[in-house]
Amino acid sequence: MSLCAAPPGTQRAELVLSGLSCPACVRTVEEALRGVPGVESASLNLATAHAFVDYDPSRTSLVAIHDAIKKAGYRVGLGRARFRIKGMTCASCVTRIEGALKATPGVIRGTVSVGTEEAEVEYDLGATNLHTVKAAVASAGYPVIEGPPPSSPSAVDQEATAREHEYRTFMRQWWFGAAVGTFTMIMSYPWLFPGLGSLFPRDSHRLWYMWAGMGVASLAVMLYSGRHFFTGAWQALKHRSANMHTLIALGTGVAWIYSTIALLFPAMFPSREFADVYYDVTVVVIALVDLGLAMELKAKGRTSDAIKKLVGLQAKTARVLRDGRELDIPVEEVLVGDTVVVRPGEKIPVDGKVVEGTSAVDESMVTGESLPVEKQVGDEVIGATMNTTGAFRFVATKVGKDTALANIVRMVQDAQGSKVPIQRIVDVVSGYFTPSVAILAILGFMVWYTFGPEPRVVYGLIVAVTTLIIACPCALGMATPMSLTTGVGLGALNGILIRGGDALQSAEKLQTVILDKTGTITHGKPVLTDVVVGPGFDEATLLRLAGGVEKSSEHPLAAAIVEGAKAKGLALPDPSSFAAIPGHGIEATVEGRVLLLGNAKLMRDRKVALGDLEARAQQLADDGKTPMFAAIDGKPAGILAVADTVRADSLAAIQVLKSMALEVVMMTGDNERTGKAIARQVGIERVLAEVLPQDKAFNVQKLQLEGKRVAMVGDGINDAPALAQADVGFAIGTGTDVAIAASDITLIKGSLRGVVTAIQISRATMRNVYQNLTGAFIYNILGLPVALGILYPLFGILLSPLLAALAMSFSSVTVIANANRLKRWRPS
Amino acid sequence: MSWDRVAVDLVGLALIAFIVWFFWLVKAKGVHAAPTSGGYQEQMVLVKGGYTPDVIVVEAGKPVRLNFVRQESASCSEMVLLPAFGKSAKLPEGATVPVEFLPRERGEFEFACQMGMFRGKVIVE
Repeated sequence: MSLCAAPPGTQRAELVLSGLSCPACVRTVEEALRGVPGVESASLNLATAHAFVDYDPSRTSLVAIHDAIKKAGYRVGLGRARFRIKGMTCASCVTRIEGALKATPGVIRGTVSVGTEEAEVEYDLGATNLHTVKAAVASAGYPVIEGPPPSSPSAVDQEATAREHEYRTFMRQWWFGAAVGTFTMIMSYPWLFPGLGSLFPRDSHRLWYMWAGMGVASLAVMLYSGRHFFTGAWQALKHRSANMHTLIALGTGVAWIYSTIALLFPAMFPSREFADVYYDVTVVVIALVDLGLAMELKAKGRTSDAIKKLVGLQAKTARVLRDGRELDIPVEEVLVGDTVVVRPGEKIPVDGKVVEGTSAVDESMVTGESLPVEKQVGDEVIGATMNTTGAFRFVATKVGKDTALANIVRMVQDAQGSKVPIQRIVDVVSGYFTPSVAILAILGFMVWYTFGPEPRVVYGLIVAVTTLIIACPCALGMATPMSLTTGVGLGALNGILIRGGDALQSAEKLQTVILDKTGTITHGKPVLTDVVVGPGFDEATLLRLAGGVEKSSEHPLAAAIVEGAKAKGLALPDPSSFAAIPGHGIEATVEGRVLLLGNAKLMRDRKVALGDLEARAQQLADDGKTPMFAAIDGKPAGILAVADTVRADSLAAIQVLKSMALEVVMMTGDNERTGKAIARQVGIERVLAEVLPQDKAFNVQKLQLEGKRVAMVGDGINDAPALAQADVGFAIGTGTDVAIAASDITLIKGSLRGVVTAIQISRATMRNVYQNLTGAFIYNILGLPVALGILYPLFGILLSPLLAALAMSFSSVTVIANANRLKRWRPS
Repeated sequence: MSWDRVAVDLVGLALIAFIVWFFWLVKAKGVHAAPTSGGYQEQMVLVKGGYTPDVIVVEAGKPVRLNFVRQESASCSEMVLLPAFGKSAKLPEGATVPVEFLPRERGEFEFACQMGMFRGKVIVE
């Protein structure tokens, strides 16, 4: 974009757009631009994809213009950069740097974070460059630190370190609590131990002093091992909410206060057995819950392994060609347009397009495809994949935050942070859960005090404390997020990007899967399938001549014939004359012979007797192929049949889908005969043929109106409306273009097997979610009444607070362990 | 019924009434997000045992930027979710993490940590 001469008072901006493909787009964008208040005029050049906008800077801004273009569905060629800034000490620095950025022509957005000391800038590639942007920041008085910004790998490491630190703290707290707890437990009931009983008889001064010492020790445990419960409870209280901390703090606090009163003022209690101490409850509960939290943390760390694995794939350095020399540079410094050199066995640093050399690349880490993929000049390579045997050079097309891997990591993180719809019910429940438990505990105390056996206070106290301790809002709260995180991560490691919890839950309940034929079931590219030779001709001659002629044609079917001939190792001659006959075929002279290639009508017009070739052609057409007749020097030479072929694994995948009780439907724009032919090959009964591209979404809706939950599988670009209409849209991705907006689930590897795997993962994850939720609910529903003493009148069973603490810790660890079990899932 | 039982039950009922009132009946007053020169409605949110402030009042149709600052290490709060706006963010300890969204409709929208232990509300007016 450049600012140049324009009518007075207005400014002219030149924007580079992407995604413009048709004349209709031009009108859409122009109208969108003219709709922005303050834009005087807008014009677009389709060929160069440049837009010229005259606008009044006092009434609108470039940001608004960009947003308008974005809303219309197109993108402006933007550069994004992140760099570190030195000397940011205060919040006002942010304003100053952001001001400096905004004042730089071409900068669309600039945000600065004090926390990370980083600036993130979006700028127009046509107008400015990173160097100018950095210079603008420096001129505001803040030097830019050159070098890699703290990229995501280090962020993941940081998180791991923080987790490790927290874990160690919990373990220290547990050991301290456990040591004091063992001692306290023994000394609370010395008469149970032979020898100790005579040393510390009941009502002795010695025992009183011992208990007083225990009171002090347990206070130390509360302050050291249990401080986070009390501070957490207090913080929550300030926000008028309650959580696990509140319950533990209340339970242990009440036990401690009761014991201390019993110790200091035994006279307040009607009889001796009321005045026992329960310091062991305080100490042991705190210790056990700390241990539970530590174990939980360990297990949680494993839950997010997937992200760690993905980030760890990133290459550290890249070998780029600059000024004719090969330089090893950090991968963060690779720029779009750099030529990158990759040797055998090396990791490909960023996304790009091969410009020289060939090789096979192992893309399993990103796409899940186990076989190495052949790469030639013009093919896309994905950053973080592994080169195998060949050497090649490629031009970087996407770097930094824009690479496929970075997009995958971001999508997975977003998805892991989303919510499964069922979680909303849980949220409502857990909002009432903790205060309800506190109310139950009070009610329990009241009932036991009013109607219970003597010593009533003690029974009431035990019941109340046990109720507070056994209730576990954690298990409830963690049930779905833990499974979701694991499930989404599992998908990512298998080349399946699940957009969020909604997609996961919908995918589990699918009944019908609609597959787009072209590019989904088939390769989407016609190839030469059959060669029928007429009397007096041989296959090699026919193919050689036809291939030579078709070299000059631009028809997509022609390319298939040329490829087919080349694959047979034939050297193709150049035709001396060539004429396309629209709607019929071609006529050409090659090696001195006249070749006709086209449909039956062409042959009839030229009076070529087809004989039994016509019947063969009909057969081929019935199989969904496109037959073309060839005649050489007026004699029927044969038939060349071209067809879009079925992907190798489509049949198997469709069979598995059917075995999963899913109805499989094929949708195609082709005629019924071609569609049915392909459907027969892959075992699909229901075909929606002759569906125009704009009617795809409508057809999806029709199936939904049959009361079915429908998935649509398509390529994500032409099928976007249908994908959006479906309950779950699966986009079959191609290589680096992974962030396909309309889809709920993106399959990085272009194969139907991914659909099977995705649905299986969804089912496994949702099953895990239900298991966890059921487990957590049952635990609380059973645990609370038992803690309240419902079994006491019948069986004389009353739960000890210590057992309650054990059960509570165990329940949340179980939930996480069950979620981690998901990771052992393997595609079948 | 002896007097002590009556007294205990009365105290118990009073406590229950207090819990109901304290946690469910009192409505927290919201904090209005301050408009900035950039056109954003901006609000700092402290993440420490909860969200402070936990009720944020914003205007519909204007972009909102919530700057979360997490000042605790408990892993519970390491993520904040705004499901109504399709946003979520990791909150590294000590860092300021901006979360931006555009509230279109009026209403009350919750934000919470992943486990729903910490909750806050955005009231769009």
